[in-house]
Amino acid sequence: MSVLESKLSSSEVQPQSRQVPLPSEPLVVIQQSKPWVPVNLRDLWTYRELLYFLAWRDVKVRYKHTAFGILWVVMQPALTAIIFTVFFGLIARVPSMGQVPYVLFAYSGLVIWTFFSGAVTAGGQCLLANAHLITKIYFPRLLIPSAVVGGRLIDLLISLVLLAILMLRYRIAVTWSMLYMPLEIVLVVLLALGVSMLTSALIVRYRDLGVALPVLIQLFMFISPIVYPVGLVPPAWQRIYALNPLVGIIEGFRSALFNRPINRWALAVSSAVTTILFVVAVYFFRRVEKGLADIV
Amino acid sequence: MNPIVRIQNISKEYTLGARQAVSANLRETLAGALRAPLRRLRRNGSAGKETFWALKDINFEVQPGEVLGIIGKNGAGKSTLLKVLSRITEPTTGRVELYGRLGSLLEVGTGFHPELTGRENIYLNGSILGISRRDIDRKFDEIVAFSEVERFLDTAVKYYSSGMYVRLAFAVAAHLEPEILLVDEVLAVGDAGFQAKCLGKMGDVARSGRTVIFISHNMQAITTLCHRAALLDEGRLVQLEETAKVIDGYLKSVGMASVTPLVQVWETLERSPGNERVRLRAVRIVPEAESGSVGIDMQTSFCLEVEYWNLVPATKVIVNFAVYAIDGSPAFETFTFDEPYWQGQVFCKGLYRSLCRIPAHLMNQGTYRLRIAFLDEFAEVLYDNVEAAIFSVHDVGKRRFPWYSRFIGNVHPKFEWTTELLERVADEPVETFPSQRLYDQA
Repeated sequence: MSVLESKLSSSEVQPQSRQVPLPSEPLVVIQQSKPWVPVNLRDLWTYRELLYFLAWRDVKVRYKHTAFGILWVVMQPALTAIIFTVFFGLIARVPSMGQVPYVLFAYSGLVIWTFFSGAVTAGGQCLLANAHLITKIYFPRLLIPSAVVGGRLIDLLISLVLLAILMLRYRIAVTWSMLYMPLEIVLVVLLALGVSMLTSALIVRYRDLGVALPVLIQLFMFISPIVYPVGLVPPAWQRIYALNPLVGIIEGFRSALFNRPINRWALAVSSAVTTILFVVAVYFFRRVEKGLADIV
Repeated sequence: MNPIVRIQNISKEYTLGARQAVSANLRETLAGALRAPLRRLRRNGSAGKETFWALKDINFEVQPGEVLGIIGKNGAGKSTLLKVLSRITEPTTGRVELYGRLGSLLEVGTGFHPELTGRENIYLNGSILGISRRDIDRKFDEIVAFSEVERFLDTAVKYYSSGMYVRLAFAVAAHLEPEILLVDEVLAVGDAGFQAKCLGKMGDVARSGRTVIFISHNMQAITTLCHRAALLDEGRLVQLEETAKVIDGYLKSVGMASVTPLVQVWETLERSPGNERVRLRAVRIVPEAESGSVGIDMQTSFCLEVEYWNLVPATKVIVNFAVYAIDGSPAFETFTFDEPYWQGQVFCKGLYRSLCRIPAHLMNQGTYRLRIAFLDEFAEVLYDNVEAAIFSVHDVGKRRFPWYSRFIGNVHPKFEWTTELLERVADEPVETFPSQRLYDQA
């Protein structure tokens, strides 16, 4: 009796003083935030492990219980490339880029496209899909679309392995221009992240967009140089066409691979559009983020 | 002493029907914008927009090491306050300063993914709760041992029984070690054993000197664990002081409001319930508590009292009180057989009062129905009122062990217990057992 009592009665004593002194400045201040307050980078850094785990969960869950598992990462663009090669390359005789075999041309574009469309499709729904987390615990909400894009980025890097094998098979020379590749990948990651942030925040408010998104993505595929080269677009339309940031990115990616001159103008337009979109998306996302738990 | 949590003028406003408005479709928004293009600009004017304050001007401070309970009716703003403190939603006005790392447990198993294995979910859930990967690595074995699911660690949690799932989820949560812990009462759902484990763990956390803010409807848990309690009502902080006083205030505001009044009096004979043989004049349930306390708790004795008109000349009236739990299960019944003066006497026509004292430490916590029946000496029913009154017995006493849910049964009498040590197996040092020393001395 006395053991039990002495142990439990200690909860009745008044607050104990802690050994560790409290910091003089508050660690966290909670108040209504202004929409133009910049992204809290320190907060993002604190939660960097969560970003990793969320991205890892995304990849893990996607290929769990599939017979081919992670192989699907490569098979998705590869099978699409084969289909495109048959229908567009062999039957419709769509030209490739210079002397590059059509299958390689298609696959190189599809690697980027599969990443982008996958990231944006999942990214658009990501806030709704994680509503149970958003309403139960705090973490920087930016991690959610970032983790989706991060998960797909892993896919992209894996599918580059098959690209390397194909390049060897078709004896494409390794050149200095390939150093542009990482730049194009960074651009497409920023673009996918920006579009994901924007659409996910919009979809929370307007569910319609969630239904329309797959159609829009399909439209995007046809206004991007995936099955056809940029040169096929009439010169009069080129300027407007280049406003689609994927144009400069995919064209630049292929030019880097196949040692063609980089279209710097297109690349600059893509970078500018991507950056503007990204900034707008962050701003908009932060605005929606504030009340997210109340509306999601 | 400096507070570890400082809450200043926190208010949270919600727009009524916000949910519909927000998920309304694009077409309506566009159409609305076309019809009234200026409305969006005038949005800051509150005209035509119904809002309500889920929290209004909340101010208080929490000291380091303190365990603070937050109580209030449903809709009083408890959960909103918890959401503001845990940064899930932003306050409309005001400011909160936290002088320590804060962890919140609004549910267990947040972010568990059914397709992932137990092992994978420990890492995922841990990182969602804000436990670093290194800490999870370090505590992994401990978490697994606590959860008792070692054998199924590499099985997807969708194949777990609900008990295993909750145990694993709680094991991770229990190893969250922030300086300030926010806990919602949803933690205390689940089976009684799990509830006891949760609340017991909370007691450990409280005793370890960390600061805990705990929301609950469970008055025993609040009484036992919390130093102070805050009572919220309609978004306002109405009381913040010593737990017992606040709970009393809470019971005043909710305890009796929802049940039949404890005193019912029928002034006129014609309108009173009954028949041509017996009519009721009053039914009272009166707690014999110290002044200031309201309602009946398990530690208070109370009287069941009935005033009635006997309209049958020269009969021997027997009064019967039967008490049922609200689920219909009987608690007990009692008759006036033991009444010392009128038992066996012939009753003339007139107004009588019969009173039965229910001792403290008899009724268990719960809501009960009083049935009053009147019989004559041949056990013929003169009048039977199956629902003469409804009353609640609260459990607000401190517990001496970590069991905070309702005891089983409708009665919970205080019985006499004795335990003796018959023989000691002498392979442990005596010093660890103060009780043993007491026994030896005695």
